[in-house]
Amino acid sequence: MMPGIGVLTQDTLWCFSQVKGTIEIGATEADIISTVEFNHTGELLATGDKGGRVVIFQREQESKNQVHRRGEYNVYSTFQSHEPEFDYLKSLEIEEKINKIRWLPQQNAAYFLLSTNDKTVKLWKVSERDKRPEGYNLKDEEGRLRDPATITTLRVPVLRPMDLMVEATPRRVFANAHTYHINSISVNSDYETYMSADDLRINLWNFEITNQSFNIVDIKPANMEELTEVITAAEFHPHHCNSFVYSSSKGTIRLCDMRASALCDRHSKFFEEPEDPSNRSFFSEIISSISDVKFSHSGRYIMTRDYLTVKVWDLNMENRPIETYQVHDYLRSKLCSLYENDCIFDKFECVWNGSDSVIMTGSYNNFFRMFDRNTKRDVTLEASRENSKPRAILKPRKVCVGGKRRKDEISVDSLDFSKKILHTAWHPSENIIAVAATNNLYIFQDKVN
Amino acid sequence: MFARGLKRKSAEDGEDVEGGLAGAQAMPSYSLQRQSLLDMSLVKLQLCHMLVEPNLCRSVLIANTVRQIQEEMAQDGTWRVVAPQAAGRAPLDRLVSTDILCRSVREQEGERPGPDAGDGHTPDLVPGLATVPSAQALRSPQSSLWEVDSSRENRGGFQKSLDQIFETLENKTSGSVEELFADVDSPYYDLDAVLTGMVGSTQSGHGSGLQAFSSATAPPPSSSCRSDLGELDHAVEILVET
Repeated sequence: MMPGIGVLTQDTLWCFSQVKGTIEIGATEADIISTVEFNHTGELLATGDKGGRVVIFQREQESKNQVHRRGEYNVYSTFQSHEPEFDYLKSLEIEEKINKIRWLPQQNAAYFLLSTNDKTVKLWKVSERDKRPEGYNLKDEEGRLRDPATITTLRVPVLRPMDLMVEATPRRVFANAHTYHINSISVNSDYETYMSADDLRINLWNFEITNQSFNIVDIKPANMEELTEVITAAEFHPHHCNSFVYSSSKGTIRLCDMRASALCDRHSKFFEEPEDPSNRSFFSEIISSISDVKFSHSGRYIMTRDYLTVKVWDLNMENRPIETYQVHDYLRSKLCSLYENDCIFDKFECVWNGSDSVIMTGSYNNFFRMFDRNTKRDVTLEASRENSKPRAILKPRKVCVGGKRRKDEISVDSLDFSKKILHTAWHPSENIIAVAATNNLYIFQDKVN
Repeated sequence: MFARGLKRKSAEDGEDVEGGLAGAQAMPSYSLQRQSLLDMSLVKLQLCHMLVEPNLCRSVLIANTVRQIQEEMAQDGTWRVVAPQAAGRAPLDRLVSTDILCRSVREQEGERPGPDAGDGHTPDLVPGLATVPSAQALRSPQSSLWEVDSSRENRGGFQKSLDQIFETLENKTSGSVEELFADVDSPYYDLDAVLTGMVGSTQSGHGSGLQAFSSATAPPPSSSCRSDLGELDHAVEILVET
């Protein structure tokens, strides 16, 4: 039994487990982590970075000797997924930054994942090799061909153990289907198809076919000058392979059914919260832009992240969310400065825990927040090297809004806006979280009593 | 000896812009801050046009913000031709604190001047060079930054983008508008370079640009606009030399 799973009470304490990545000196922009994702069992944890690399960590088997230390994640495979490219037609560079990684469910000994940059999606196969055939008839041990005339006997090659080698090979490359920047990929529950979404279009792919894709959503206006809204994120329903949602820069979510028509221009459901006229400012639209949308594991709810809040929606109710959580409302009075320094355009992601009872999202100053949907409690934690002693319990952090600042609080003006937690991941069944802080990956676990 | 204790009056009072502000030093007016936000947004639009490949979402959000401001200014009647005297100022000098813009409408009701009250200031208050070239700049980057897959030659075709987005601006020009930054090599994140680039095309196309811009205001006689053009040209030349 997993203690504390799904319940964020005062008894749940989060502890530092590991940190991966270099300490500031020597970190380059290429090392900035741009996506984090556990696989379906939680055995593997993948990260992608701005330099186009993918690093996969594997959880070590728990040993009976060290029960208090749940399996640690160690590097399993590292490979260059995408390279920088140049689009000669437009005279523009195509960044190699990995925007998203999505795992396929495991169907055999090998692992498969999708990784994408702005333009191209790739299917990678990660497999192990721990045996090697020896005793060929026509080749000697170094691989040189033997003169057939010297062969007097035949033998059957045998497999001998070798040092474990993990290979990553690109099995499919899905290219040339997106004019605009890909922001999302999502594997369908049929395990045969997946979708890729850019600013204006969503395409449906079959894993086996790389030279064709179906366009299922197209919001590009006939006249580009009339463009006022873009697609910001998209995801398939976890169980219904015909349903998917996509979010927009105007704070709306559309649920589409692919059975209704080939081109899902008309939504089945349209989720939008009416605007509060008393809260309107020039920045209202920008902060309503949805940066991430995630189905709950149950498929009953969707969670959206906009600049200041996280919202949970019931698929059966379109006119408003059922829950709204303030992530960092103290920034509301700073929107002008955040607009000036472009922070207002930061795209934060959000995640569910395995039982859909707790949601998590990042903030600035390397803070990240968790909200328990049942108890309505929330906590702010920090990913920092100072709290990085093994099994050290993370102390809740608090931002002081005004008035007298208490000893452990930090004032809004002291927040470091260059330290932003945009990407987090939650283990599918345990209380283990991975938090990407610029070029470092922190892994936290709940305290095992 | 008697004059020692006397402080000389600020020489800046002589300039139209500062003089207008004298009464509002403590809290920049809503209009001024709104203008400042507009300037900031337009600079952002130009800058993001220069990036590797513009982030479409960000561009769309900024453009929508610009449109909102412009619509509001049109309602207020504060969207007007700028006087060339203020042209010598770099837009960034005019970026005053815009905290007031962050407040909700409810908070602002007490402070904001009514639409007919206006600022009580002359058009000189509105930063000259910042606005005019910005309108100019709106033409091509605004739409061309969205049309990523268009060839460069097509950019002239996006001349009409401005009037479709901002209803009050009528586009009377025809023909291609040169890409503002097509052959400028200097770094675009440098505002000075941006202004230089604008000047380059302003001089060539400014006549038509200002024509269109001025026609948007309610309703300036075209003759006075023409005289303004010459003065603006002169002012812009000064800027280039600095």
